[in-house]
Amino acid sequence: MPRPLDARALAALAANPGCRRRALLDGAGVDKSVLAAKLGSPAPFGQSQFAIVRGNSFEAKVKADGGRELLRLIGAEEPGEVSVPDLAAAGPEGRTARTALALREATGSGGWTLLDHPLLALEVAGSPVYLEPDAVVVRPDGGWTVVEIKSFPMIDGSADAAKVGAAARQAAVYVLALERVAARTEGARVAHSVVLVCPKDFSNVPTASVVDVRKQRSVTRRQLDRLTRIDEIAAAVPEGVSFDVAERSPEELAASVECVPHQYAPECLAACELAFHCRSRAREAGAVETLGRSVRAELGGLTTVGAVLAAARGEQGDPADPAVAALRRARSLRAEALATAGLPGGKALAGTEGPGCR
Amino acid sequence: MSLISMLARMEAVESGRAQPLATVRHRRLSERPLVLVPLTTAGEAGAPLGALVGTDPEEPRLLVVAQPRDRDLRFAFLADLAEEVLPYVDSFTDVVEAAERNEVDPESGKKVKVEVELCADAPQLIVPSRAGIEYVRLLGRSTRFRRTAEQDPETPFPAPPRVPLLGRWLTHFGERARVPGSSLLLAATDLLNRHWATGQSSLEDQHLGALLAWIDPTEGQPGAEAALRAEVGRDAQGQLLCPPAGPATDPAFDNRLLAPAIERYDRARQALGAAEDGEAADRGLGELHAAERELRRLVASQLKPTWDAVWRAVGLLRELPEGSRVEDRWTRDRWSFTGHRDRVTAGEPPQPRRDDAVTAASKLAAREQAQGQLEAQEALDDPLVLAGRRLAGEAFTAEVVEVTMAWTESKRPAPRPLLAVRTDDRPHLGEKTKVFRSLDGKPQAAEFVRHEEDGSLVLRVLDRMGRSREPAEGSVPEKGERISWTLFEHEQRVGPKLPDPEETPWTHGGPPRTDAVELPDAVTPEDVF
Repeated sequence: MPRPLDARALAALAANPGCRRRALLDGAGVDKSVLAAKLGSPAPFGQSQFAIVRGNSFEAKVKADGGRELLRLIGAEEPGEVSVPDLAAAGPEGRTARTALALREATGSGGWTLLDHPLLALEVAGSPVYLEPDAVVVRPDGGWTVVEIKSFPMIDGSADAAKVGAAARQAAVYVLALERVAARTEGARVAHSVVLVCPKDFSNVPTASVVDVRKQRSVTRRQLDRLTRIDEIAAAVPEGVSFDVAERSPEELAASVECVPHQYAPECLAACELAFHCRSRAREAGAVETLGRSVRAELGGLTTVGAVLAAARGEQGDPADPAVAALRRARSLRAEALATAGLPGGKALAGTEGPGCR
Repeated sequence: MSLISMLARMEAVESGRAQPLATVRHRRLSERPLVLVPLTTAGEAGAPLGALVGTDPEEPRLLVVAQPRDRDLRFAFLADLAEEVLPYVDSFTDVVEAAERNEVDPESGKKVKVEVELCADAPQLIVPSRAGIEYVRLLGRSTRFRRTAEQDPETPFPAPPRVPLLGRWLTHFGERARVPGSSLLLAATDLLNRHWATGQSSLEDQHLGALLAWIDPTEGQPGAEAALRAEVGRDAQGQLLCPPAGPATDPAFDNRLLAPAIERYDRARQALGAAEDGEAADRGLGELHAAERELRRLVASQLKPTWDAVWRAVGLLRELPEGSRVEDRWTRDRWSFTGHRDRVTAGEPPQPRRDDAVTAASKLAAREQAQGQLEAQEALDDPLVLAGRRLAGEAFTAEVVEVTMAWTESKRPAPRPLLAVRTDDRPHLGEKTKVFRSLDGKPQAAEFVRHEEDGSLVLRVLDRMGRSREPAEGSVPEKGERISWTLFEHEQRVGPKLPDPEETPWTHGGPPRTDAVELPDAVTPEDVF
């Protein structure tokens, strides 16, 4: 049973667009946390039940009073009658159809409508992915706005930038999915700004802020367009490779994973279940990227730690290569300074006595 | 990351041990720092779960909030924290020395020297990580506007007496931590990262346990292996061997250990409240105490390893000799501390939620200046930092090969000796580029004149040679001397003066309102903090 992608996973793709391994595994619906556990590097992600309870109770509070509280937050002066259609239906297809119908009805109604946990479908890599935003508000003028409810606080009008960024990337996926529905609905328009609702300061009182997600939307869309090409990645995978986490042995799985190249960077540790596995492989290979994504840029053609150190020591590399020359100078300056300070790692240099600067 | 520190990281990868990034210590370490290891409750904005705090590594004070959602227990925690932090801060306020400060005389408009007090030393808070610094700020923000019963008898939930004051001090520490090179509030990870390069990325370096595994490995384990164990190693019960340095806890700890213990505590409290006779009350009380003890044990189990790690970091850093210009930056910290002490004594209101335009601009300017100063001072104090600047072409070390005396062509000729120097470095020198060296701790300027055909450089010394025709003794470099020159200035210039807040132009919001008093945060019945 493949694991369906969710908005978080789709948004995380944007964090490391070049990683074929992640693209293929996500596209194929492989449960990466189970896979990582089988490979012996379980993902360190988890959520505290305290955070879950608090998140749920906050969301309930925001949606209280038939949605009027939420509409007041997003600036409806006197929302009057708020329609909150029942979106229950059998199965994901039924629910998306129900959502689309409710959106169509709401757009023509000329009033305020709150869709509580609508279900949207987005075609990713040839199969539908179902997405469930916290809420979508339909305005009297036919505008659709995505609402994200988060339980991190907004203190004195500002919130943690990293968390806001993650919420914006997630909301951008919803915007994309909504646009597919809007294309088939007359008079509908999806706002490229989403409403982020957070607790105010240290209280439980909600406050809202408008976040522009145009950039995240275009990045994610580009990513998703690329994802549709995962059949190409898959074509490069040898016959017989399987990611069946229930059936295959860890060795077989490891071999299968190895067939698809990864593009590890330290940022993966916060976003991908397989990151610890890829990190250990990248370290075994001595890849310089394990020290940071930017490291590669300064080292020209040198891609491994061994090659860099050998070049710096003058054992390898073309001295005319500016990267090699810079490394050699860096090493000799470093050694000179360490020797000056009498620390190990420095070599004694003639004529150096004490630090030059007093 | 500079090429030199990148190289150091790669050497660390190869050797399995962290490599030095500095040869001296670039931050002040107090003889008696106050270490604070806080833990917070997941999902709640600044609802503390507990803390270890104290100045003695052997005797931390353990503070635990048995039910983090209980307002009274939270206030009790903050009151206890205030009881630890404020006496520590107060112990530095009374020991003062006389100092002078330039002030503008309001009547004459002239600059005059005013005799003022300067605290002889200042308190120092050390937290495990950057998240800890943010948490200190958050605690400060959440408590400084609280009202005590004495300030406002009408307030629905009065805070314990010293809590708002604690908030003001924590805010000051948090604010000062944003000034580059300051040492009032430090994170152990920042301290270690400044002085050592590990074989991992700077993102992974934020994990205190992993960082120490590279710098100070136990049992000679290779760094990467030991760091991995610190990052993900778990015991048979699925708990991390090295608990996170906080303030966030590990979800597995929350779900498997903490949640059941808090539930047990809640049940015991309910049972005690519902007890109808003395015997049941006794039983209930016994169970409540047992539940509380268990919670204290659990929270301590998460805090103690981090507490020890912070002190280990302090110990490692104490082994490095202090850079000679660190004292200068610490004096600025003492000024900052004294200034806040005076504001508190004068009964000024707590720091506002948002700075007015002039205050914000002057803070930014001060931080920029401090950044420039820090970069210059670190390079002057430490040949290894200087090596990075030399590699970047911003400094060079050269041997004097010839000194030619020359003078200005004015009526009273002043010395302008020409130095021919030889260096392997490649400084970015243009015509008349100014370079500086440190002479008795003060910068001496020279300008670049030309490249000689034999590859040497000619510099003209410009100042610090005294008033007479012959330069003062020791003020002109001698042949054979090896001197480091920098292309950057050693002391930062102060930017143009900002207007008084009352003169703020309308483009910047106009003068700050004086009638607007910062109100305490609104309190609601389901308020979580």
